[in-house]
Amino acid sequence: MPLWAEILTAVLALAGSLLALIGAVGLLRLPTFFQRVHAPTLGSTLGCWCLVLATIVYFSVKENSLSVHAVLIGIFIALTAPITTIFLLRAALFRERRAGNPKVPPNITRS
Amino acid sequence: MSPFLVWSLWAALLLLVLAMAFAALRLLKGPSAQDRVLALDCLYVSGMLAMLVLALTYGSSMYFEAALLIALFGFVGSMTMAKFLLRGEVIE
Repeated sequence: MPLWAEILTAVLALAGSLLALIGAVGLLRLPTFFQRVHAPTLGSTLGCWCLVLATIVYFSVKENSLSVHAVLIGIFIALTAPITTIFLLRAALFRERRAGNPKVPPNITRS
Repeated sequence: MSPFLVWSLWAALLLLVLAMAFAALRLLKGPSAQDRVLALDCLYVSGMLAMLVLALTYGSSMYFEAALLIALFGFVGSMTMAKFLLRGEVIE
């Protein structure tokens, strides 16, 4: 395995894992729910794509042919993570307004 | 696979396990149900990233199928729980 490919794979894998860890630390430490929602998106966007790139580099160099197998995973996460987050946000907004929480983000629809 | 790559992949795996542990802490601590659903979603994504790092460690592309399965079930599980929190039932 040539040295440049190993260094590139190692750097990309470490970057992806570090971003996932930073997102999890943010999830643990931020004070309110609506601030906490932003934290795991670090891991599922940039962290995921860094690791997908690492696998592309590693398996392409190892088998001498371009292997984009993991791009499917990246595309799937990129499509479904916003849907999950927005849906969970709607549910949380409904529940917080029902519970009479004063610090809920304001309504932006024209009503 | 030089020792540098082996060590950095194990370090990446350790970081991801720490991320899963923090998400599990929020799962236990979270004062409301939506916090727990968010923590479970983060746990699923971190587990999927750990599967990708394992694919690099063992040099086998079988782990991609496992990662795709985890991503699929994570998505379906999070959507189901969010729908339940919104409406009180999953399929109306």
